[in-house]
Amino acid sequence: MDTIFIQRTDIGRWLDRLAEERTVFAPTRRDGAVVYRPYRTGFVLELDAMPTTSPKEIVFPQNETLLTYSRAGNASGGAPKVEARETLPEQKAVIFGARPCGVNGLGVFDQVFDNDKTRDAYYTARRKDTRIITFACDRPRSTCFCTNVGGGPGDAAGSDVMLYPLGDGFVAEAVTTGGKAMLSLATGAPAGDREVAAKALVETAREAMPEPLELARIRENFDKCFNDMEFWEEQSGKCLSCGACAYLCPSCHCFNITDEGTESEGKRLRSWDNCMSYTFTAEASGHNPRAAKAMRLRNRVGHKFVYFPETHEGEVACRGCGRCIVSCPSSVDIRQIAKAIQEYCDDDK
Amino acid sequence: MKQSIREALPGLDLVLGWEQGWDALHATPLFIRKAEDVDRLILGPTCVQSLAVQLPSLKGKKVGIVVKGCDSRAVVQLLRERLLDRAEIILFGFGCDGVVSLKRLTKVLGDLDSVTSVKKTDDRLVVESPDGRREAAFDDVCAPKCLDCAWPNAVESDHFAGPRLEPRPPAESKTALERFEEKSLDERFAFWKREMERCIRCYACRNACPMCVCRDKCLAVSRNSKFVSQEANPSESFMFQLIHVMHLAGRCVSCGECERACPMDIPLGLLRAQSTAVTEELFHEQAGTDPEAPLPLLTFKTDEETIEERD
Repeated sequence: MDTIFIQRTDIGRWLDRLAEERTVFAPTRRDGAVVYRPYRTGFVLELDAMPTTSPKEIVFPQNETLLTYSRAGNASGGAPKVEARETLPEQKAVIFGARPCGVNGLGVFDQVFDNDKTRDAYYTARRKDTRIITFACDRPRSTCFCTNVGGGPGDAAGSDVMLYPLGDGFVAEAVTTGGKAMLSLATGAPAGDREVAAKALVETAREAMPEPLELARIRENFDKCFNDMEFWEEQSGKCLSCGACAYLCPSCHCFNITDEGTESEGKRLRSWDNCMSYTFTAEASGHNPRAAKAMRLRNRVGHKFVYFPETHEGEVACRGCGRCIVSCPSSVDIRQIAKAIQEYCDDDK
Repeated sequence: MKQSIREALPGLDLVLGWEQGWDALHATPLFIRKAEDVDRLILGPTCVQSLAVQLPSLKGKKVGIVVKGCDSRAVVQLLRERLLDRAEIILFGFGCDGVVSLKRLTKVLGDLDSVTSVKKTDDRLVVESPDGRREAAFDDVCAPKCLDCAWPNAVESDHFAGPRLEPRPPAESKTALERFEEKSLDERFAFWKREMERCIRCYACRNACPMCVCRDKCLAVSRNSKFVSQEANPSESFMFQLIHVMHLAGRCVSCGECERACPMDIPLGLLRAQSTAVTEELFHEQAGTDPEAPLPLLTFKTDEETIEERD
């Protein structure tokens, strides 16, 4: 039995069982924000709103310690003793309540941190035993555009279990063998006709999505408008150059590495960084190749729609979740910037 | 308003205003450069952003700016600190009867998507979307700063559109700050620990603050001297907030942009309110209300009127 119907009221019991074996990261409310936190009995789940943060933080935390170091003086006057200890993470986790766009974001991480040339030990240690239970979307928000960039509200790629919302519960479908094992712990009834009804809702959601962007044309036009600083200043004028878009983005994966501590002990830390920050490209000489926010926003959009596709067979790094639009204090809309590039005409330049 | 902007535009490089964003609930800053851009200007309860944050980076240009009362206080404070040149700024003021807090609105009316119309009628806010028409008492959904707004009209303006409005009386019930201060130190610390735990260090609070003028040279990202590490834990994030608050002491114009900009809905306004209450009590003045007044923290007096230094 791969497809069952789980009542909303039975979800907690299922997570209780899953949490016996794994850390279950599930969405919960913190005032106006919805965040993923380790599930415990009595946890208040948020099953409807799209989480404010993306699921990337579960496999790529905001901060992680790469190594710890200590340096002790030598009493006999020789060289000090320096010790560095690698701190590889161990994680057996479930991401509960990701959306297809968030899961697709992890697809970008996988390509960047786990490929034939690069295998990031920290990322892969967290990722390899992290399972994903995804909510299909029966009602896209007006800021959603996953179908514009290759995804979809019922996209099961990368998920272990898909949950299709329907009335007072979810039609649950195992996608992988790991998903099947997880689903066997749930209390549910055979889905029957409800499977068709739930999937039809998601199909209706897909049909309600906006017209696709012309991705090939955006790529082609980007070269033409790259040096048109007037264009980029117009696009970035209202941007505050903060990092909210990048830190909430399910696919933004840039990081910084710093040593935090004293000369005698401390840790090497990897933390999220973002290309909207002045310091992102500030060089030790004092020169900054992206000194203006127009250049920084150009890079952010370029990375999503042009640079990443160039090295990944045309795949766009933006997953269309709309978090950057919803949470931008200035209501900067990446769809509008993409459209402006699409429609860019340099005939009169 | 549109008429006076159209008339002034030929002598200006640009005018900062608002236009509708991706739905009727979200206004977004509008940079008016050409006469036809003026048509997109909107004024109303969704015009939340303080456009004054843009001014320091536009120095050298002749800039017009549309301002609510609170926004004008930021411009006045920047002028007072000689961070802007009055000759370069043209203020288009109006009387503002309050703006919406999207966070409070969502709490009262629930999730709102694809909003097609937002109207304020007397003391109600009416929101229409494909889900139907919903309405709420304006005081339940407005930005907290609007509840007892003492400065609805632009403090300073070159052009003023519409009628001047009466200030709101001080709140009769206790303010959020007063309620917070009744808690014990332990309770207050536990509160901030919990709130700061979800800070993602995006610095939207800092970058949306019109008084934050260090911009790319912020102490928060300096490795030399290192006041804050890259570690995003509650104590480091709180440390950054305290740095921000201290830099705003006597300067904060209570626009609430820090709190509004926070994508994680951390009640950052509470920290600023505390420091503002202290400086207002000490110096008997409000930041951003008089462009010529001396700056209390940059003015030396052998004897401060309100500070007991010796017996």
